[in-house]
Amino acid sequence: MSEIMLQISNVDKFYGPIDTGVHAVKDVSIDVERGDIIALLGSSGCGKTSTLRMIAGFEEVSRGTISIAGREVHMLPPVKRNVAMAFEGYSLYPTVTVRDNIAFALKSSGKPASEVAAKVDEIAEMLEITGILDKYPSSISGGQQQRASLARALIRDADLYLLDEPMGQLEPQLRTLLRGRIKYYIKERGLTAILVTHDQTEANALADKIAVMEDGEMQQFASPEEIKEAPANLFTGTFVGEPPMNIFDAKAASSDDTFAFSLQDGSELSFPRSAFASALQDRVMAMDRVALGVRPYAVQRSETGAAARVLANQWLGDQSHIAAEFAGGTLVLVEHDRADLSEGDEITVHLDASDLHIFEPDTGAAISHGAKLVG
Amino acid sequence: MQSVSTLERILRGTAISLVIFFFMFPIFWIFLMSFQTNETILRVPPSMVFEPTLTNYRSLISGTLEGSTATLEIRFMSNLYNSLFLSVTSVTVGLLLGVPAAYAFAKLKFRGSEDIAFTLLSFRFAPPLLVLLPLTIYFQKIGLADTYLGLIWVYQLIVLPLILWIVRGYFEDIPSDIEYAHRIAGHGFWSTFTKIALPLAGPGIAAAGLLAFIFAWNNFIFALVLASADKQPVTVGALAFITASGINYGQIAAGIMLSIAPTFALALYAQRYLVEGLSLGAVKG
Repeated sequence: MSEIMLQISNVDKFYGPIDTGVHAVKDVSIDVERGDIIALLGSSGCGKTSTLRMIAGFEEVSRGTISIAGREVHMLPPVKRNVAMAFEGYSLYPTVTVRDNIAFALKSSGKPASEVAAKVDEIAEMLEITGILDKYPSSISGGQQQRASLARALIRDADLYLLDEPMGQLEPQLRTLLRGRIKYYIKERGLTAILVTHDQTEANALADKIAVMEDGEMQQFASPEEIKEAPANLFTGTFVGEPPMNIFDAKAASSDDTFAFSLQDGSELSFPRSAFASALQDRVMAMDRVALGVRPYAVQRSETGAAARVLANQWLGDQSHIAAEFAGGTLVLVEHDRADLSEGDEITVHLDASDLHIFEPDTGAAISHGAKLVG
Repeated sequence: MQSVSTLERILRGTAISLVIFFFMFPIFWIFLMSFQTNETILRVPPSMVFEPTLTNYRSLISGTLEGSTATLEIRFMSNLYNSLFLSVTSVTVGLLLGVPAAYAFAKLKFRGSEDIAFTLLSFRFAPPLLVLLPLTIYFQKIGLADTYLGLIWVYQLIVLPLILWIVRGYFEDIPSDIEYAHRIAGHGFWSTFTKIALPLAGPGIAAAGLLAFIFAWNNFIFALVLASADKQPVTVGALAFITASGINYGQIAAGIMLSIAPTFALALYAQRYLVEGLSLGAVKG
């Protein structure tokens, strides 16, 4: 059995008095295994950075416990937690060079100078900052500062590496390159890292598991694949995935051999009964309304099917995003080739039962993915 | 475009010259006075042409004032020493107390911190005499009247709020994450304060110290009430030039030149820090 490196148990964070202050993190629990990279993914103000800062020890834990390597740390000062952190605002020491910034922690831990120098060179090469090592932080660009800050964290020997938006300032090409190198560096050494990001591509590329957060609550903690295929609720379903999942209000209706969803504008999507498990059919029939989700990649244009009218057609260079008016809402579909469509064109689309996600419309909880009942 | 900028240059030059003349002329005139005798100073109309003499400076340094009727002992040099001693120690004490306090007010938000900081600032609102009268009675009771210790203590009323509020602004400007980065790299609170916060706030601390020094040096009322002759700074000591036999303008002018020399030199040397320190630190809301 693998070892739990970080255990966050029922942690709450209030800014201001407990229970009456701003409730920034709500009853979050995460177990992180040694050697895993975890991404905390969410929009601004969702509590992901608060969570990270509680792990680091810059914010007090209002309720709950945090353990690192089996040791309860939430009452300890940051210096005693043995974690390394790359800050979103870089936070380099302005009075020393980039080289000294990176070497700072190693030097003060008493490592021999030659070993420190070798490590600095190695990590600078990995992050493409060899040329600026002898410059001062104020004379280098934001992207360079960010990499210096990342190097300063990754060079240390720590139980846990906390990376707060570590690549937000980098150019796209460099970002892709460094993502690969950083992941290799972390994995090769068996390090455990927590990454905070609002960029789902970064989370998908780097993380073994993603914790999706919104409004202080953890919505789902699962592998990137699972989050894509089986989002736990409407929020995760629409937040993760680009372009976002299409959602329609629907009501189920069944006849002898078809199982259909009637949509807001009166149109109907009908499927053979055999496409859905009977338990799912019973469950959905018992509900007044459902939220029906389908990923843009799963929508296909076809000869027959439901009618839609094109609103916009955008060629992005490698794929087309087509927005169409459908069932009183907007349906977005993605095609890999340039589509010869313009505004006002009538198209017919086909949705496969195995691509449907059904959610409870009020709570947002997932009921089924791909015609299979959740749970 | 070119013509506008020429006009602008001329106007700006004129304006600056006027301001410099306005502020520097009194000092220049006092400088001239300090090399004249009372007779040449008081002649009508005044003139810039005279035979310079060093008697004013000589009598200040030797400590004897040659009046028209009698010779008077003055303690100008010991007053100067008192000024120096009182200002330097007050500012040192003020920095030792004020800088850590400013750090606490800037970085550790605790209950009532704003109120305490404001109370400290409010010491500067009250007219000094209001504070001084009761203080004189207390000081006489507890034996602090007419002691250097007592004076330095009272000088904190001037020095401490100034240092506290300027340096606080500087500490607030340091992103907390820089300190966090140092602390998470295995350093304690004290080490972060001395190795990160203090160096980064250095210019602000220097500016605050300088300004506090100037304020302490120029203080008159506290020493007038609380100190006797042997503890008096130059500001109070200069009163001795107003004698029964007349006012010795020449000596006063020489005394002024000697007493503004240290602050003048300091300000000239450190004007860069002063401007930086005040514009970066204290203005921030």
